[in-house]
Order: sequence, then C-alpha cells, then structure tokens
Amino acid sequence: MTASLLSFYIFSTVILLSSLMVITSKNPVHSVLFLILTFFNGAGLFIILHAEFLAMILIIVYVGAVAVLFLFVVMMLDFKISLDKNNILQYLPIGFFVGVVFISELIIVLINTKFDLSNIQILVNPMIKFENLTNTEAIGSILYTDYILYFQLSGVILLVAMIGSIVLTLRTREGVKRQSIQSQLDRNYKSTITMVDPKSNEGVDI
Amino acid sequence: MIALISENLFHLFFIVGLCLLIFVPLLLGVVIVLFADRKIWAAVQKRKGPNVVGPFGLFQIPADGLKFLFKEIIIPDGADKTVYFIAPILTSTLAIAAWAVIPIQENIVLSDINVGVLYIFAMSSLGIYGILMAGWASNSKYPFLGALRSAAQMVSYEVSIGFVIVTVLMCVGSLNLSEIVYAQKNIWFFIPLFPMFVVFFISALAETNRPPFDLPEAESELVAGYQTEYSAMPFLLFFLGEYINILLMCAMMTIMFFGGWYPPIDVAPFNLIPGFIWFLVKMMVIFYMISMVKAFVPRYRYDQLMRLGWKVFLPLSLLAVVVTSSVLFFFNLAPVFS
Repeated sequence: MTASLLSFYIFSTVILLSSLMVITSKNPVHSVLFLILTFFNGAGLFIILHAEFLAMILIIVYVGAVAVLFLFVVMMLDFKISLDKNNILQYLPIGFFVGVVFISELIIVLINTKFDLSNIQILVNPMIKFENLTNTEAIGSILYTDYILYFQLSGVILLVAMIGSIVLTLRTREGVKRQSIQSQLDRNYKSTITMVDPKSNEGVDI
Repeated sequence: MIALISENLFHLFFIVGLCLLIFVPLLLGVVIVLFADRKIWAAVQKRKGPNVVGPFGLFQIPADGLKFLFKEIIIPDGADKTVYFIAPILTSTLAIAAWAVIPIQENIVLSDINVGVLYIFAMSSLGIYGILMAGWASNSKYPFLGALRSAAQMVSYEVSIGFVIVTVLMCVGSLNLSEIVYAQKNIWFFIPLFPMFVVFFISALAETNRPPFDLPEAESELVAGYQTEYSAMPFLLFFLGEYINILLMCAMMTIMFFGGWYPPIDVAPFNLIPGFIWFLVKMMVIFYMISMVKAFVPRYRYDQLMRLGWKVFLPLSLLAVVVTSSVLFFFNLAPVFS
C-alpha cells in the first residue's frame, strides 16, 4: 500500500461518513459543517490526482465563499422547526425521486463512455498533452482558447442570475434617512454657516 | 499499513522536524510582535507600555500566555460543546498551516508547491469558519453578532485581496511564491503596483480584524465579539491565530510587493547579509506600519466598512486588473511560459 492509496482511503472514508452525517444530523448547522468537511476532503482527493489547482479553487470558491453564505443563512434559522422522525418519511418520495434521477444519469454516462485505449490513456493521465506545463497553465491554455465560448457563456449566465436576484430583492423604502457621503464631503463653511447680526427685540429671518 | 509507516518512519520524523522548525520561530515571532505592538502603541500615546516583567518588560507576553494556560476554562451553559472547542483549534491550526509555503530565503521553504498563493488564499478564507463556529456555538447574542459581522467583512475584503493577487500574478506568470520573488529581482512590485499595495494593505487590516476594522470585537458595541464567551486556553488559541495571521499578511506583502529575500540594493554591504534577515526586516517594517495604524486611526462604522470594500476597493482592483493586463499585453511585457 502506498502513501497515496492510504490517503485516498482516508479522504474517501471521511467523505462518505461526513456526507452521511449531512443528511442524518438533527441540527442543520451541524449538517452544513459536515458538508464543508465533505468539500474539504474532496479537495484532498483532487490533490491525490495531481489536480492541485482544482483542489485550491474548490476550497476557495465552495468552502471559502459559497458554504460561508450557506452557513450564514442556516445559522439564523429557527431550530424548533427542524425535522423530527415523522417528517422524514414525508420527504422520502421526493428524495427517492431525486436519487433515482441522479443514479440513472450516472448510468447513462457510463454506458455511453467509449472505453477504447486512447480514452483510457486520457482518463489515466489527463495531463498527457501538457507534459511540461503546470496544472494552472494547462487549464489556462485551453480555457481561453478551445473552451472560450462555454467559459464566457457560463460567466454570462452567472451574471444574469446575479442581476436577477438583485432586481428581485431590490426595494426602495420611503422615508429612510440615508447617509450621503458626497453631500457630507461637499459641505463647507460657506454653505452651512451664515452670520447674522440680530437687533434687539426683532429676531431673525432665516 | 504498519509496513508503510515503518518504511517511512524516518521521512515522517523528518517532516515533523521541519514543521517544528517553522512552528517554534513562528511562536517566538508572535511573542516579539505582540511585545512590539504594545510598545509602539504605548509610545504613540506617550505611555511606557509593558516595562515591569523581565528586562524592558520583555517577559510580559510569556507571562500573559502562562496566565491563560493556567486559568479555568469556562464553558457557557447551552453551548454546543464540540463546535465550541473546535472553533479556536481550527483558527490557530489554519493560521499555522498557511506558513508551510512561505519561502523565507532562496530554496528555504517547507513545501514549494505550484499553487502557493492559492493555498494561502484558501487557508485564510477557511479562517472564517473558526469565527463563525465560535460565534454560533457560544449560544450568546454578542458573539453571534460579532461572528456575523466578521464573516461578512472577511468575505467582502477577500474579493479585493483576490484581485490584487491576480494583478501581481499577471506580472509574474506563476502561482509559486518563490517565482513571485524571483520576478522581483530587478524591481520590487510595490513601485509599479503601488496603488495595489495600498489596497492590499488596507484589505489585510480588514481581513485580520485589525483596527480600524476591528468591528467583530468592537468593545463599545459587542463586548468582545466572537471571543466574548471564551476564556483561558481557547481564548489564547484565538489570540495566537489572529497574530499568526497578521504575521502571514506581513509575509505575503513582503513576498508580493517588497521582493522577499532580495536586498534593497544589490551592492557589497547589503547583499552579504543573508536573505532571511532581509525578509524578517521587511516583515517587521510592514508590521510597524500595521501597528501604527492601530495607534492613530479611529474605528470605522460598519456601513462605512462595507462601502469601502464593495464600492471603492472592488471597482478599483477590477480596474487595476484590466489596466495591468492591457499594459502587459500592448508593451509585450507579459511573462511567457513554454
């Protein structure tokens, strides 16, 4: 047994156990924390495959940003509505349906994969075309050339999603006093202070 | 399995030894930096600072550390105990782990990986979890609010830090930290990329919860933020993690903008001094700046902090990415790789 095999078993065992804990733990915050552990160990698997760029991006994007916002939302939920045992059965049909869809998709992909020799070569050593390049350089050299259309398209889709969610949640309330930094900076001595010389018994008109 | 371990026993001990070689100087560095921080702060306010324990008060920091070690650990009622204790351990572990890729001198680095910058970025973005978990597990209002503030703040400023790193990387053409230093042999990057250095410096303050961005622990509003319910050893771990992160940011700035281990001028008296001394000197100079900021800048209000992050730094760093890449492209300065 080599060190990489040993670490593969460690990472994948932790992934399986923690993903099991995601769906079984009662406390939603614990679920999210286990989900993060799953992502983290997934990054470990990428490192074993010598895909260190993907591993780091997985940690930065999923663990460092997406899961943080996820945890944010879950932490502010009310725990009293968390599931008890009767409720679990209620969600069984839809969960079963989603599971069946995923499994059948995996099977379809596996059936349609052609296992000829050249394919296996690429599967075993995906970096064969880019022998002298590091991981990052290899991804960069195809991402902006061969796959530029898909890359930009996915960027546009994300942009649309972002703008859409901002538009949906944007509301302007009346009567809210906001601080306008520009107007504060624009205030000066002349525009704010007027010197008046009130005469006795007359008062001042401002 | 046993065969595997016994075969690699020597290698294992070697790695553990190397880790200690990083860890022990790091702890020493934290002690020195803490002492310097308090002395500088005191000097700005015309106080003496720690001056009683040991010569010049040098043993004040170890004495404080020992006090935390021997104090009783108080766990709040209704705290989620497991998460409560994982949080400080996670914070300090991640802070120390990031140091594995920092090159102190040419070829003196524990792990010279290809994605060094991304690794550090990943470790510092994972640091949020320590704070979030601490705030939630304490089961108390102030820590929770402090944790939410802290997480939002760190996520916001990480965006601009990321773009600053991208501008530096475009000038280097590699994610390896040693390569970044090699690229600065002729000119340190803080000269051509000075605005980016300023953005990075301020974002680093926000990322490490240093004043003027120490809103997670704004004592006038939130007692001590996410650390409120922590005492003794767990609190010490948080403190340690915080200062190791500050040192890490100093090291990052040294590597990315101040030419790492290179002397300022490549002539006789300067280039005879070993590189790691230059590295440490540069780190200390940057820490001095960070410390001075703490002494004379008032704390930001939270909405001002968010405005600065999203409406000033993000557009500025995006613009910098575009400008830098255009300049590199049109003047044919971009690094080419095989």
